[in-house]
Amino acid sequence: MTAVTERQQLAYVDAQAADARVNVELETDEGMVLNLGPQHPATHGTLRVTAKLDGEQVVWADVVPGYMHRGYEKLTEVRTYPQVTTLVNRIDWLGSFANEVPFILAAEQLMDIEAPPRARHIRTILFEMARVANIVLFLGDLGVQLGAVTPAFFAFRDREHVLDQIESVTGGRFHPNFDRIGGLKDDLPKGWIADTKAVMVRIRNYCDEIETLLFGNEIFEARTRGVGVIPAEVGMSYGLTGANIRASGVDWDLRRDGNVGLAHDQVDFQVWTHPDGDSFARCWVRLQETREATKIIDQLCDGLPGGPIMAKVPRIIKVPAGEAYVATENPLGVMGYYVVSKGDLGPFRTKIRSASFSNVSIVPWLLRGVYVPDIITILASLYFILGDIDR
Amino acid sequence: MSTLAVSFDAYWLQTVLRTVGVLVAVLLPAGTLVYVFLFKMMSFMQSRLGPMEAGPYGSMQLLAEVGKWIQKEDIVPWRADRRLFALAPYVVVASVFLTYVAVPFGPDAWFTNLDTGIFYILAVSSISVLGILIAGWSSANKYSLLGGLRAAGQLIAYELPMVLAVVGVVIQAGTLNMQGIVMAQAEGEIFGFGGIGNPYIFTQFIGFFIFLVAMQAELTQTPFDMPVAESELVSGYMTEYSGMRFLLFFIAEFASAGAFAAVAATLFLGGWSLPGVDLDADWMNVVGPIVLLVKMMVVAFLVFWVRFTYPRFREDQLQQLAWKVLIPLSLVNILATMALKVAW
Amino acid sequence: MAKIPAPKTPGLVKGLGVTLKTMGRTMFPARGIKTLIPAPSKGAATVQYPHEKETPAPRARGVIALKEDNCTVCMLCARSCPDWCIYIEGHKEKRPPRREGGRERSVSVLDRFDIDYALCMYCGICVEVCPFDALFWSPEYEYSEWNIAQLLHDKKKLGEWMDAVPEPEPLEIGAEAKR
Repeated sequence: MTAVTERQQLAYVDAQAADARVNVELETDEGMVLNLGPQHPATHGTLRVTAKLDGEQVVWADVVPGYMHRGYEKLTEVRTYPQVTTLVNRIDWLGSFANEVPFILAAEQLMDIEAPPRARHIRTILFEMARVANIVLFLGDLGVQLGAVTPAFFAFRDREHVLDQIESVTGGRFHPNFDRIGGLKDDLPKGWIADTKAVMVRIRNYCDEIETLLFGNEIFEARTRGVGVIPAEVGMSYGLTGANIRASGVDWDLRRDGNVGLAHDQVDFQVWTHPDGDSFARCWVRLQETREATKIIDQLCDGLPGGPIMAKVPRIIKVPAGEAYVATENPLGVMGYYVVSKGDLGPFRTKIRSASFSNVSIVPWLLRGVYVPDIITILASLYFILGDIDR
Repeated sequence: MSTLAVSFDAYWLQTVLRTVGVLVAVLLPAGTLVYVFLFKMMSFMQSRLGPMEAGPYGSMQLLAEVGKWIQKEDIVPWRADRRLFALAPYVVVASVFLTYVAVPFGPDAWFTNLDTGIFYILAVSSISVLGILIAGWSSANKYSLLGGLRAAGQLIAYELPMVLAVVGVVIQAGTLNMQGIVMAQAEGEIFGFGGIGNPYIFTQFIGFFIFLVAMQAELTQTPFDMPVAESELVSGYMTEYSGMRFLLFFIAEFASAGAFAAVAATLFLGGWSLPGVDLDADWMNVVGPIVLLVKMMVVAFLVFWVRFTYPRFREDQLQQLAWKVLIPLSLVNILATMALKVAW
Repeated sequence: MAKIPAPKTPGLVKGLGVTLKTMGRTMFPARGIKTLIPAPSKGAATVQYPHEKETPAPRARGVIALKEDNCTVCMLCARSCPDWCIYIEGHKEKRPPRREGGRERSVSVLDRFDIDYALCMYCGICVEVCPFDALFWSPEYEYSEWNIAQLLHDKKKLGEWMDAVPEPEPLEIGAEAKR
């Protein structure tokens, strides 16, 4: 008689227990637990959504972030300001330049320095280009989440030109590392303004194409209208910012309403809102924001002042002691840096208020009672980047 | 022929030849469809070139993929039901082979000439539903289970519009025999003009449209690819399959696309017949398959064009489309066909 | 007489038109007489690497080159690297005085200057911070290795990259910095 090894015994017991667990799950009222786990095509990275399903309907859902925590706030305690600027590029990796801006503005506030007008202008141009690059990819990815594979390729094709423009100025496509306390690292190369305007024409064509291919599609409308409605008060109480809250009808945009050190007060632009608050509204608002951003860039390129690119700053920068909080309207929402300085080469403590962390906090409330495909639609329309959630 | 040691009509020899023939008939269109539509057409629609390295213009890519899939490790999940897990791909592939058996390729080039040809085809193409359900259940994976259940609901719901769309063609042709339907189209006349025969796409355009939509759903292609919703269920019922087993599913998917396209071409576009050509000629046995292949590609172009453009439906919207829109429309089509057939 | 509005094409049909148009543009990119000759390789938006290569912008951060003559072993670059991927060793040597009867000069000589590209973040702080212009950016990017230890470029290899450093480019109108 063959002896059953302990390993085989444990395996048998384990399999029986697993069967029993599934049976219990399927028969209870609470429903089957589905893990849209850290590795999943739909979750823009390593976000885990645990859902209890009754058939295909969600009974209860929870979001488990943290799989990509890189310890940014701790890292900034032991780095100098230029090094922090480099690291901070990688928080929201698609909106590259936009991550540096609030941090540099906070440091400039502590040092009581103002960047020269040309630097402010170019900062704003690159800020809006980061917005364009980020949301063009969102529009392509939206198609993929909903099943249409072609918009994603159009997105990459046209975004490539924006990245080329960013590369020709800063040297890096994704991580520019271009903002400096007091101004910018370098000036624009010859012919950049004309090239950028041509690229913006291309992006506007892309927006038109996406509007026809995706937004005009009846199937897309059926999938997104009425799905994931966020009333304005609920959204504000959860701390939603950016296009998410503007799609619920709240007219608030830090580019117009806040007074940070960027050049948005010198251009005419419209803040787009939508009364519905459903997924379609969120996607539509972002589409219009992209078009608006191209127009802002065109206006800024036309009105670029001459002058120095860097204010007078000492070689070794020691920021005087103090605290400053600067928040800007980043592509994903409101991103803010609370910088505490003790007069050293680097910050003493940085608190990073990232947009996606607050945006994702509404997901458990929002996912009650929706179908499984709607989970994907809602996650896609809320648009978060994992690096932004977990830092 | 009788001087040969073995007669050409010997049953076993015919069986062997037809088996090999059906393998070729299944795999060749599947491969062509994969290369032309999945690799090249999809790429051109997305402003890129697709595979270019394997062979000239990437034509050997499919062979390379087959080789890659065959040599992969065969992973069976720990808690999966091994026998059912192994059985599922073969059920789906068997259904596709059985479908090809009744499609005529030429005046004498067919595998079997069943009198209930189209009825048999519709019946046998439903076997793949079983295979998908088995795959979804036996994978011991909640995503596969969701995919399998969605597939069951969707595929059964869209059987009805497909059958009803075909009924219109059958009424007009007056026979269930596939060869008979081809002949009826080839020899028919449109308002007295017999030049191009009477392909039923003109009179049965509603039926053609319904058949295309139902075909898209039966093949689980976008916009009806809930069972394999890639961004939700990773790969639906195929998630846990790797290596040769996945290759069988892949071949089955494109072979059944080819099969349904062949059926659509036979029912609505005139099958292997060409206008103005002697239908009993022997050389039509060679040209007929090529003509059928071209017509298959036309139908498949429509299917894949829609696949690469649209997002996907949610299942309740899918079911609403089938039950509330397509079935009433096809019933209206049948009534209209009946009335007009009697009137003319 | 009132104009009858044209029936609106449903979005589904227009979407199909977009994909067909893209396919047409990819397959037949030529305009004018040559329109009907299929040339997908030119119409596609992609580049067949490694058969064809794109040239990156001159400022692109590909690899860092070292001009050894300018380096005074001040260690500023090694200190300011966020990843600490630059390894520098040097020693002081005595040189003869410039004038008769003067003091002997001491000169720093570079022994070892390695950059570990497996750690490098391509941020450029070292290039920016060097007070003697000994480090330069080059857009060269094809230096992948089979062995990760080969990604540690030593002094000699960094000196070879100097050949790939482009000339400083002219700036846009309105810029004040000199090039």
